[in-house]
Amino acid sequence: MQLLLAILSGVLFAAGVFLILRRSLMRLVLGLIFIGHAANLVIFTAGGLKGAAPAIVAEGARQLEQPYADPLPQALILTAIVISFGLFAFFLVLIKRTYQASGLDDLDELDGRKG
Amino acid sequence: MNLLLVAPILIPLVAAVLSMLLRTSQRAQQSIAVIGGMGMLTSAISLLDAAADGSIQVLRLGDWPAPFGIVLVVDLFSALMLLLTAVIGLAVIVYSLAAIDLPRRRFGYFPLVHVLLMGVSGAFLTGDLFNLFVWFEVMLIASFVLLVLGGEQKQLQGAVKYVTLNLLASAMFLIGTGLLYGKTGTLNLASLAMLSGTDAENAALNVSAVLFLASFGIKAAVFPFFFWLPDSYHVPPVPVTALFSGLLTKVGIYALMRTFSMVFVHDTDFTRPLFVVLAAMTMITGVIGAVAQGEMRRLLSFHIVSQIGYALIGLAVFTPLALSGAIYFTLHVAIAKTALFLVAGYVLAVRGDTTLKNIGGLLRSAPLLTALFLLAAISLAGLPPFSGFFAKFALVKAGLDAGEFLLAAVALAVGVLTLFSMMKIWNEVFWKDDPNAPAGDASEASASSAAAARITPLTSSARLLYILPLACLVLLTVIMGIAAQGVFEWTDAAARQLLEPEQYIRAVLGGPQ
Repeated sequence: MQLLLAILSGVLFAAGVFLILRRSLMRLVLGLIFIGHAANLVIFTAGGLKGAAPAIVAEGARQLEQPYADPLPQALILTAIVISFGLFAFFLVLIKRTYQASGLDDLDELDGRKG
Repeated sequence: MNLLLVAPILIPLVAAVLSMLLRTSQRAQQSIAVIGGMGMLTSAISLLDAAADGSIQVLRLGDWPAPFGIVLVVDLFSALMLLLTAVIGLAVIVYSLAAIDLPRRRFGYFPLVHVLLMGVSGAFLTGDLFNLFVWFEVMLIASFVLLVLGGEQKQLQGAVKYVTLNLLASAMFLIGTGLLYGKTGTLNLASLAMLSGTDAENAALNVSAVLFLASFGIKAAVFPFFFWLPDSYHVPPVPVTALFSGLLTKVGIYALMRTFSMVFVHDTDFTRPLFVVLAAMTMITGVIGAVAQGEMRRLLSFHIVSQIGYALIGLAVFTPLALSGAIYFTLHVAIAKTALFLVAGYVLAVRGDTTLKNIGGLLRSAPLLTALFLLAAISLAGLPPFSGFFAKFALVKAGLDAGEFLLAAVALAVGVLTLFSMMKIWNEVFWKDDPNAPAGDASEASASSAAAARITPLTSSARLLYILPLACLVLLTVIMGIAAQGVFEWTDAAARQLLEPEQYIRAVLGGPQ
């Protein structure tokens, strides 16, 4: 499972970097979203995959029962997802406005360089 | 429980919410902005007062014990940076009262400034790496909106680069944090500092150190990650640029200094030479870029990059004196640079242009502004008796003491080029005659009236709002120069707290005092 997730996040990274290196604005956003997802997967994987029970103390028990999953990486990812949702919502509006203002979807032309 | 520690976060939050609610009333927004800025300044001063004796204030949020809950920590470094935030925030807010146009204010300029200040304060206060990430994002989202507020096409273009680079940096920060947590099981700075230095051959730790370096490097505009900065910093209105230049890159520097002096110290034989190269290249590329520019705001933007290189000398030399000098330098350059951007804003307001060859003659039409520019520029270039001299003196001396002769030589040479580019602004903007005034045999009277016609007159209250914050910042750089001994006592103590984190660990995690 760990290996699978590691490969998956690697693939997401590669796809994200590939898309960022295109000149299209829309692909730039998609690439960044991929990289954001890859980052979340890395945290998830690095936090340790044990296939264990949730970290909830059972009824009547005084302690957590081993093995339990570490809830902190999940909390971190949840926070990161919420933040990136807000940021990407903003970024989408930004490129829409940029496209409306300039009529260009090409980063080089946007910069004043001919492609 | 020391509730004062939340004040620098809470005050801008309350101010932002209030001014959102009262967004129909300009008068209310302006008063809230100024009162909020003053409140922040007061809280920052009292925090510095509490930290000045070398003690470390800790607030455990929700009263959760330290490595599990989030802590806010104020040591001297944090306290000094908070004071800097408050000073620059208040100066820019007062300046904005005159310099920001009505449409931008209607669309929430002041609430955004408060949110930005909240994010910056939070980043300086927190003692937890993931919390630092969250404050970074608070600061970033406010800066994104401030950058595009107004919606001019060049603002949007600049923003695309700025947002892309910052999102990439955030992703790297996140991955670094995740790997660090996977390895150590904690993100609390104090527990990380306790674990550091134990295992130099640790791959996960090294990977996350490199990711942090790249991420904070992008935010601080360190070579080779600096190119987004001159491309986006000159597009928004000048007060926004001044705020960004004073605070945002400094948060990157703060994060670098905090992590690489407390957490990632397990392999300084590798990181120190790396920082030497980064510092030297950042200084050189920044200043060479600046010398080539023909527009005042772009020139100053490149200087931000160059100055970041100086601040990195602290980590490159990595002695108490070098870190102390780097902290002093960060304080100095934020103030001097913000002052210079505010000068550019005044020039833009009266001439409608900041391209060097199109303007001139401000020495005659605005002598007070000229004097203030000269003081700030000389301070930035590092001439005594201003703060820039003592900052560079400490850094160069630390470099020479540690045998980094090449780095010290680069620092001095870049100082000369800084002076040169400041003189370029001086010659073009202030000293030479206005190129638009009719030349030749036109009579004196018609020449001066034509020149006067190009000068947009400012009302006396607007001029006061422009000059007052500018004068205060310039005065501050002069005071920092004259009272350098006192400031260095603080920064020395701050550097010691960074290099010997035992006190920090004890304060946060508890244990024998």
